[in-house]
Amino acid sequence: MSTNDGVLVRVDQVEKVFHRGSEEIHVLTGLNLDVPRGEFLALMGPSGSGKSTLLNLIGGLDRATRGSVEVGGEPIDRMSDRELAAWRARHVGLVFQFYNLLPVLNAERNVELPLLLTHLSKAERRQHVEAALKIVNLSHRARHYPRTLSGGEQQRVGIARAIVTDPTILLCDEPTGDLDRKAGDEILGLLQALNREQGKTIIMVTHDPHASARAARIVYLDKGQLSATKPE
Amino acid sequence: MKFFYLVWSNLKRKKLRTSLTLLSILVAFVLFSLLSALKLALGGGVTMADANRLVVRHRVSFIQPLPHSYQTRIAQIPGVSAISHQSWFGGIYQDPKNQFGTFPVEPELFLAMNPEIALPESEKEAWLKTRTGAVVGRTLAERYKWKVGDRVPMKSPIWPSKSGSAWEFDIVGIYDGTKKTADTTGFFFRYDYFDEARSYGTGLVGWYQVRIDDPKRATEVAAAIDAEFANSPAETKAETEGAMFQGFAQQIGDIATIVTAILAAVFFTILLVAGNTMAQSVRERTQELGLLKAVGFTNELVLGVVLGESLAITVLGGAFGLLFGWLMVTGLGQASFIRQFFPIFFIAPSDLIIGAMLAIALGFVAGILPAIQAMRLRLADALRREG
Repeated sequence: MSTNDGVLVRVDQVEKVFHRGSEEIHVLTGLNLDVPRGEFLALMGPSGSGKSTLLNLIGGLDRATRGSVEVGGEPIDRMSDRELAAWRARHVGLVFQFYNLLPVLNAERNVELPLLLTHLSKAERRQHVEAALKIVNLSHRARHYPRTLSGGEQQRVGIARAIVTDPTILLCDEPTGDLDRKAGDEILGLLQALNREQGKTIIMVTHDPHASARAARIVYLDKGQLSATKPE
Repeated sequence: MKFFYLVWSNLKRKKLRTSLTLLSILVAFVLFSLLSALKLALGGGVTMADANRLVVRHRVSFIQPLPHSYQTRIAQIPGVSAISHQSWFGGIYQDPKNQFGTFPVEPELFLAMNPEIALPESEKEAWLKTRTGAVVGRTLAERYKWKVGDRVPMKSPIWPSKSGSAWEFDIVGIYDGTKKTADTTGFFFRYDYFDEARSYGTGLVGWYQVRIDDPKRATEVAAAIDAEFANSPAETKAETEGAMFQGFAQQIGDIATIVTAILAAVFFTILLVAGNTMAQSVRERTQELGLLKAVGFTNELVLGVVLGESLAITVLGGAFGLLFGWLMVTGLGQASFIRQFFPIFFIAPSDLIIGAMLAIALGFVAGILPAIQAMRLRLADALRREG
């Protein structure tokens, strides 16, 4: 899944406007971004700059007010809600700052969640879950509930859930934001390995220069616009 | 089915809250079961009624007797295919508390009229041969540990015997019901013995049972019977058995309406309880529902998951409630103090089906608004991302 020119994600003249009462808040203004397939891109910027909003648009979690977002040549902003949900299930892996694990499910059940939307049999789902947990080195904690796992372990479960369907793109929103340096390094190492060894395209939102240093490219978002250099 | 564990796990999230909700639903369905049995018991005659049978009684009141001579005249009315009669004897066995349905009848006519009474042929023959013979229902026989061959003395506050002593009956048969709704608490003895030995009222009967050829003509035949005895000293009122029993039941009150009103109040309360549980549950996990959508669950699937939880609670609570209710009713139905007043005391299969449907409807109604709320959650808002 990629365009002929090797670009996986193409954001073209995207605007995003939020409404707060009668007030219009322009978060993104005519933003353009191309992300080649297999790239590990870090998206940096101050709080409120629209990093997560942009990530939401690329992941089909929200819709642009104007402009278009294409992923793998598919204009996802033109899809219906149902088509978009199916597209997310097939192509997007999401990693959140606060892990977003379901507390009522153990690690393997959390990882299995996206597979429930596939036609895989129970045995096949189990195989996929085991493989994903193995990649994040958490097989031994498969039956543990989130409350019994450390922050780093919970994030690894989150990553396993994100990669279990072998998605086209991984979108990570401050994946180390809630972790200490050691656990954060482990997670970043894991993301880097997924990028280098499995060719996963990764877009990571982060505040942390230490985290962004692991990416192949860094772009900065400020006042609704992107730049390749850190704004003053 | 693969989503069931998700539904089930969510129910286990707040165990105390789920348990209390389940318990309140369970109690409501136990009440539903008991009231259904009570409704059936109080309107029992209506259930037992045969559409082919009319009851002919004195126009003034049921306790006014009719001449035995009416039997031949009624039998000749077009549309009438058979006739028998009964009288209220009011027999008391040993203690005034032990009063039950005791009726003098003409055995052959009576058995032909009431096919729901199953009496072995040998016992029927013994009844015909024994002037003081009586047949009793299985439930009554078990209550007083009577068996064939026993002699049972009985007093009647209405019909003293000529000799002034207690009436004596020989039990010659014990009958069962051919249907579950048949009353097996009756005591039937021979009219000829009764009529000859009573101290007054010779030649009178309590009421007639009349079998008709065509139930569609019931009103017409009943009118013809009443017309036959119009302006006589003992005018009649003929009606179907069902109408008569319905009239009895309504003397206590409109049982069906009372029961329906109680259950409506109970289920409305339960609806609020279950609805509140589901609404709270959805509010508490907005982010989790957002997560489901983020990984690819469609809005409709999220709606299904929430609705599934609501249905699981009410169906589980309803199933256990109906089960416990059924066990209680079955147990109570065996108790002598219940059987004394309610010969029929069980939950009709149709009521169990209504109960099951009610549980499903309750789950649907309680869950639909929270489910729609969950379905309409904006994904980005639900995840509460900031950036």
